[in-house]
Amino acid sequence: MSLDAHVAVRVGDFELDVELDVGSGEVLAVLGPNGSGKSTLLRALAGLTPIDRGHIRLDGVVLDDPATDTFVPPEQRPIGVVFQDYLLFAHLSATENVAFGLRARGGDKRAARSIAATWLDRVGLADLASMRPAQLSGGQAQRVALARALATDPAMLLLDEPLAALDVSARQDVRRTLREHLSTFEGTRLLVTHDPIDAYALADRVAILEGGRIAQTGTIAEVTAHPRSRYVAELVGTNLMRGVVVDGVLTTDGGARVVVAADPGPVFAVIRPQAITLSLAADPTSSARNIWPGVVGDIERLGDRARVGVRGPLPMVAEITAAALDALGLRPGDDVYASLKATDITTYPA
Amino acid sequence: MTRRRGQRTPLPPPVFAVAMVAIAFFALPFIGLLWRAPWGSMLDVVGQESVRTALWLSLRTSFAATFFAVMLGVPLAWLLARVPFTGSSAVRALCILSMVLPPVVGGVALFFSFGRRGLFGQYLDRWFDIQLPFTTWGVVVAQTFVSMPFLVITVEAALRQMDRRYEDAARTLGASRWHVFRRVTVPAIQPALIAGAVLAWARALGEFGATITFAGNFPGTTQTMPLATYLALETDPQEALVISLLLIAVSFAVLIGLRDRWLNGARAAFT
Repeated sequence: MSLDAHVAVRVGDFELDVELDVGSGEVLAVLGPNGSGKSTLLRALAGLTPIDRGHIRLDGVVLDDPATDTFVPPEQRPIGVVFQDYLLFAHLSATENVAFGLRARGGDKRAARSIAATWLDRVGLADLASMRPAQLSGGQAQRVALARALATDPAMLLLDEPLAALDVSARQDVRRTLREHLSTFEGTRLLVTHDPIDAYALADRVAILEGGRIAQTGTIAEVTAHPRSRYVAELVGTNLMRGVVVDGVLTTDGGARVVVAADPGPVFAVIRPQAITLSLAADPTSSARNIWPGVVGDIERLGDRARVGVRGPLPMVAEITAAALDALGLRPGDDVYASLKATDITTYPA
Repeated sequence: MTRRRGQRTPLPPPVFAVAMVAIAFFALPFIGLLWRAPWGSMLDVVGQESVRTALWLSLRTSFAATFFAVMLGVPLAWLLARVPFTGSSAVRALCILSMVLPPVVGGVALFFSFGRRGLFGQYLDRWFDIQLPFTTWGVVVAQTFVSMPFLVITVEAALRQMDRRYEDAARTLGASRWHVFRRVTVPAIQPALIAGAVLAWARALGEFGATITFAGNFPGTTQTMPLATYLALETDPQEALVISLLLIAVSFAVLIGLRDRWLNGARAAFT
């Protein structure tokens, strides 16, 4: 069971162009901000939006390939989809919703209902079988949607923001149950989400989607340790810059110069916010090799710590103690110096 | 001036007064009708053969017209709402023209197209031996012609407002386009479909101008209740009163009967 896809599609002004491989038994999370093309990707895979270029192959079967004029319509693809806000049919009971796909494929009514009942039982909703969607909680609706998508025995399961429609309080429980149910499905699983916690909890591997392109793929640990996009850097709360190292000096794409301990060549550099020191004057006696003037931007207090945005040639976020912030008396718009030891900068090839 | 908590700001007095006039304008005709109704001889008039025939004909033709309005109008509404094509607004205008057209003009147009000597009617007559004018089918055609736009615009609006992702969800579950239409789209627009059908039926029941022009005024064949009422007003005003009351009662009963279904349907709207 595996997906091999190159999806290139244009929707209005937006262009999506991504290559994806999801291996057998793997759960891939496509993580990206709103407007990055996640839903378009899902619609293309499901066959709701035909692709312009590329190919979609599932278990070796071509589902969409404009070059050979192949297009399998959505109703003939062995793909189950759990939509954002679930899209349960309001005029049907939970059982009838789960039985919908079997009936649509020409299944006998009684057989369909009995399979649906088994599925509802599997997701722990046997006692809510006759309820209408309006009577279900968000978590229950999600399980009905999952049962509905799985009842037709698909080879691949797609989940669109499976937890976004839920209250924060319900999310944790639902996330755990969803994880259990996902683990019992043996086909290819792909979910799209903007929430790194969902990706972390539900997926084996993550693909970062930004502006219609895949910025990075890897395990969650790899991606968070070595972010290759500003989006991921902001998600994990660190500073990321990209530039070229020549003779131990990194020149960023923004033109700032940073002293680093790194081999020459194009690199990504990560600076942990905790490693940055803020002061009101440049201290010439310091051992820190990097010192930049800047202007205080946003200040965010988090308990006994504070995250201070510093604007300047090298925009960054510094994390200092709340006590230090008060002692310095920093306000947005104040001049400030940020200093950093070259050894506190982690670099890896770009 | 004291005002209770939560009390809404009242309307400006002139607006309120005008609204009262509007209510009176709707209520007074009914009061006048009820006031003059010959309650004592009511059953005699209703029992008259001519009245019962006209009532039965009106019910049959108006429901037949509603049936055709739904059968033809839903696909038309679907086409207008979902299929972008050049000239779609011109087609829409054409299809709802009969709603704003004076009904007599509609009747004249039908006569010159589907009459026995009409542009298309001559072939209906010659090839299929079908004559529409001055027949009960002619009444149904005239009523469908004027009532279908009410259904089309109501259903088209519902189709446009519907969240189409439900149809996408159904397709990913393996449903063909036809299955999606029948099992997802139609249930989703059901409240609008019922509302549009009721409006179309009411229009068909009250149809006068197009009917009398195209189908004539033959008791038992084409003389529907509105035609009978008008005729009776000339000869026997008492009878006109009773028939009018009967029409009001029938309309009212259908509205009340459908109201529950209508409201329940709204719950299932996919919006």
